[in-house]
Amino acid sequence: MNKNLVGIAAFLLAVFVLVPVAIAATGRWDLYYTLTSVALLAIGSAGVWLTFYIGRINIGQGAYALMGGYVSAVLMTKAGFSFWATLPLAGLFCAGISVLIGLPILRLRGVYFAMITLVLTEVTRLAALALPVTNGAKGITSIPLPGSLSVFGITLIPDFATMANPKLGFYLLAAALMVLSYVVLWRIVNSRPGHLCRSLQQNEELAASIGVNTAYLRVLTYAISSFFGGLAGAVFVAISQSIYPSSFAVADSVNFMLYCFVGGLGYVTGPMLGTFVLYFGWDLLSIAKQYQLLVYSSLMIAMMLVLPNGLLSLFDRKGGKK
Amino acid sequence: MEQILANGLYLGAQYALIALGLTLIFSLMNVLNFAHGQMYVFGGFVTYTVVAQWGLPFIVGLVSSAVILAVMGALIEKFLFRPVIRKSKRDESTMLLAAGIAFFLDAVILLLFGEKQRGVPKIVDGVFNWDMRLIMPYDRILIGVLAIALIVGFIALMQYTKAGRAMRALAQDRMAAQLMGVDVDRYSMIGFALGALLAGLVGGLLVTITGINLGMGGPTSIKAFMMIMIGGAGVISGAIAGGFILGMMESIGLTVLAVYGDITYLAIFASLMVFLAFRPQGLMGKPWG
Repeated sequence: MNKNLVGIAAFLLAVFVLVPVAIAATGRWDLYYTLTSVALLAIGSAGVWLTFYIGRINIGQGAYALMGGYVSAVLMTKAGFSFWATLPLAGLFCAGISVLIGLPILRLRGVYFAMITLVLTEVTRLAALALPVTNGAKGITSIPLPGSLSVFGITLIPDFATMANPKLGFYLLAAALMVLSYVVLWRIVNSRPGHLCRSLQQNEELAASIGVNTAYLRVLTYAISSFFGGLAGAVFVAISQSIYPSSFAVADSVNFMLYCFVGGLGYVTGPMLGTFVLYFGWDLLSIAKQYQLLVYSSLMIAMMLVLPNGLLSLFDRKGGKK
Repeated sequence: MEQILANGLYLGAQYALIALGLTLIFSLMNVLNFAHGQMYVFGGFVTYTVVAQWGLPFIVGLVSSAVILAVMGALIEKFLFRPVIRKSKRDESTMLLAAGIAFFLDAVILLLFGEKQRGVPKIVDGVFNWDMRLIMPYDRILIGVLAIALIVGFIALMQYTKAGRAMRALAQDRMAAQLMGVDVDRYSMIGFALGALLAGLVGGLLVTITGINLGMGGPTSIKAFMMIMIGGAGVISGAIAGGFILGMMESIGLTVLAVYGDITYLAIFASLMVFLAFRPQGLMGKPWG
């Protein structure tokens, strides 16, 4: 336990102190954008991971990221909400929608669930194109930067527009949200509902037969998962200050799933590591120019052949567990 | 109305052919082949290269698409899926592999064939016209008929040959098939090759009409997924039914819903959700196949 605490402290130190210091020292400001994206995508993958935890393959996170983004964008531009208010609203909206969609589709399992969530991603994109409120293919642009957030007159977060360096601000915001999400995730996994979820993953009928309310747990987990997706989408919109129907497409949904796989499905921090490795790896491979995708996918295939249970399964073997 | 039905039939025949390959691979190995759409695009480009660039007859292009894709499928099964299935703890891991292969094929297609939209010249000229009630170019009719003939051929293969019987046995129960002396590894490979071959054939057929481009892979996979969800995954009759149903719905939807804008797929998806709420395993699927 002590070792874990040291590890967490080191991680927090690295994320909130060392990275900004290192970037300021080297002048690689562009890395902020990459790292912010990693943090946000990691939030989305945390949700996907949670659905994996109940034994469902979720390839629909892109749909909720897109919905969350649109909710935030529409509320800010049309209803004049502040960004900070739209953040939880976007998450809640996605959670609400996911309950409606989840009630029928969570009865599906395995490949069936995977396929319908993938279809959901595509349909969300089409809906964003067709609905009047989303402004179609033109998207919603020139969304204001997040304003200041103050509680009882004390300004907690200054206005992003007046910040000397909004990139740093966004990075800290995303990193803080990511850490928060993973704390929540860790808490869920190590709670009674978390253990019940694990029983769902192993055998749903058996779990139901000993009195676990499987239907309720499934929908609840899926709603939390979609909440994460919406949250990530909303922050993305704030950063890029625009959203289009193609902002989150099928490829993004598939990527969310891949991040989880690469990190390892058996570990809470798996999706975070997977996101970091894949996203950063993709960026680094841009030196390969037109062979970027070829090298990337070959590495991915090679990794599956060598480590089919995810990167973190490396530590398993060291620990001698199996 | 006749026009809508004819369009639906024509679309459905192609869709059914795509879904057949996907469902075959799924039923044999429990693998959801994300790369199916990319295989289809690859097949289209092979036919394009043979027919439009080398000037050989269309049938040669079609056959070479089929052969190349079949070899590709066999190799992918033998060297990628088989070791991963053997080693991984959860069978979902194959999905990452399949997605990786999809990206890989995308990259290969981009490098080999470029990103331009490609097509081959019409193979038959002329338009069939029945009193202006039903208008259909002859090449579409030919492709539709070819697709239906291929479906019939595929069913015959599965029903009446030894390999077909072995694959059906595998799909029903892998363990039992193995105990009865079916060479599981060999027929998995043949099955995967056959699935890829079907994808290649559809690509070769469609390149004559709609042409082919790099971006078509993903959307095609998604449509194929929808079809096998309607029909039931891993069931051959289900894939055919799903293909024709989706083709019909698309054809009707594009005509009837055109006034409301581009919402056909939205409507299809909504009805799919309602349908799945009542019948999660699809029309003909085994529960939790």
